[in-house]
Amino acid sequence: MTTTTMPREGAAAPGPASAGPIVTVDHLRKAYGPGVGVQDVSFRVERGEIFGIIGPNGAGKTTTVECICGLRVPDSGMIEVLGLDPRVHRSAIRERVGVQLQESALPLFIKVGEAMELFASFYRHPADPAELLEALGLTAERNTYYRRLSGGLKQRLSIALALIGNPEIAILDELTTGLDPQARRDTWELIEHVRDRGVTVILVTHYMDEAERLCDRVLLIDHGAVTALDTPAGLAQSAGGGTHLRFVPSIPFDIRVLTVLPEVTDVAREGQRVWVTGTGDLVSAVVRALEAAGVQARDMQVESATLDDAYVRLINGEEAQRP
Amino acid sequence: MTAHTVPTEARPPSRGFWELLKTEERRALRAPVGLLLGVLVPVILLVIFSAIPGLKQVAPGSTLTMFAEYVPVLIGMSVCLIALVSLPIPVVSDRQTGVLRRFATTPAPPSWVLAAQVIVNFALALIAIVILVAGGVLFFGLHMPAQWGGFVLSALLCIAAMFGIGLLITSLARSPQVAGVVGTVLLYPLLFFAGMWTPKQNLSPALQHIGNYTPLDAAAQAMDAAMQGHFPPTRPLLVMAAYAIVFGVAAIRLFRWE
Repeated sequence: MTTTTMPREGAAAPGPASAGPIVTVDHLRKAYGPGVGVQDVSFRVERGEIFGIIGPNGAGKTTTVECICGLRVPDSGMIEVLGLDPRVHRSAIRERVGVQLQESALPLFIKVGEAMELFASFYRHPADPAELLEALGLTAERNTYYRRLSGGLKQRLSIALALIGNPEIAILDELTTGLDPQARRDTWELIEHVRDRGVTVILVTHYMDEAERLCDRVLLIDHGAVTALDTPAGLAQSAGGGTHLRFVPSIPFDIRVLTVLPEVTDVAREGQRVWVTGTGDLVSAVVRALEAAGVQARDMQVESATLDDAYVRLINGEEAQRP
Repeated sequence: MTAHTVPTEARPPSRGFWELLKTEERRALRAPVGLLLGVLVPVILLVIFSAIPGLKQVAPGSTLTMFAEYVPVLIGMSVCLIALVSLPIPVVSDRQTGVLRRFATTPAPPSWVLAAQVIVNFALALIAIVILVAGGVLFFGLHMPAQWGGFVLSALLCIAAMFGIGLLITSLARSPQVAGVVGTVLLYPLLFFAGMWTPKQNLSPALQHIGNYTPLDAAAQAMDAAMQGHFPPTRPLLVMAAYAIVFGVAAIRLFRWE
């Protein structure tokens, strides 16, 4: 729960070139050892959105995106990326999909500028390396060896390399792991810029604040299967989070004034304080009802359910049902 | 970032390969393992051997001095060190750290990574051979190989055979440590059979027979013959070619990104 987190509005407006989903995954299955991998995952990514994939470690997030970019061949199921089959059109998809993988690195004896030139040369229509370095604040590091970069700078270079081919889709896996809070915020802003330039972003993360801040829609995967797919706000609501508010009334009042409201699900007193739980436009309903009863609400604090709550509920619910 | 009209089977541009080659060349100069081990060490040995008076005598059963007989062995050693250390280690460490995985997400095909590494190390091996032969001729009284064509053919086949073995290590080793151990374990017997420590005539017939089918012994025999003015015998040439083909094909078949 974070204080006064406003829910985001609805799903992403599809981009101008919207013609069906840009990525379709249908009943994907990819097994490794016992209990690992992806059992049954289906979803669609719309053009121009930031699509989040969240879930606990080992849930199958990375396997899913590796199948999308053609690094792994699914055991069964259908994947279509930009209307192409990653198994058949490997190089065409690599040309148009930029990838930032977790646990990937660059040769130790390469400089930042050299790495950009090298990766640019693999693509037919690359972005300008100098421009991209500028956008990521790496211009000063042009001549720095990769192995001398800090974790944050390595991560930024990794993002730059994912964008160097001018991709239509950028797949970013564990984007901000290991970054300090300021670097995370900068990176988030950068991803929003990328999306504003028309790139569809698929973001794998296990940080709920990141998914909540960036993603238009979020896919929750657990144990290799889809647990939920919705907007961050939708997920937070559907998990029964609702809104909580508390205040100190100016005069004593009968709490039935509040319990009769359709928005209110629960009211409790704790010393002077009153706690109200509910859904929908809870705050104005409560304030209006109190005003009608001649009560002023002091020190009012509002808490909205967050994706974090929804995540915990959904994952734990799953655990509880498991034999 | 607009949608380009890309044909469904786009081939990556060839300048990508040249950039990759440039990158491998830079690495070979910035972390000069191959230069130090494969070029400097054999050249130092050449200088040391040239200063040993006993080696100036004519070798038994040969028209060459014992010093001259060591030149093919040193060439074999140089090629061996380049093939077993300088060739595999960078690619294997790139596999371990995830560099190859990163490349696998780009349009660059895996064959480029191997090809660039082979070209850079091939150049290193040629440099080593030229320095050893030219240095021997210019400073230490070595005669130019009388059968030039045969000598060049033998040297190239020696490189091909040893690179075949090195490439198989490149394709299979999971870590640079494993590659290093395998390379070292192979290095000593190969050099032993080539006559690094004992002239081959001193070995038992059984060991001599085994030696005939090791790549560096075959290389030494072929280059030795060419230096004496004969075209190299068929068997050592075939032995080297067989190593190149069998190990090279296996390496390409078994190559792994991760």
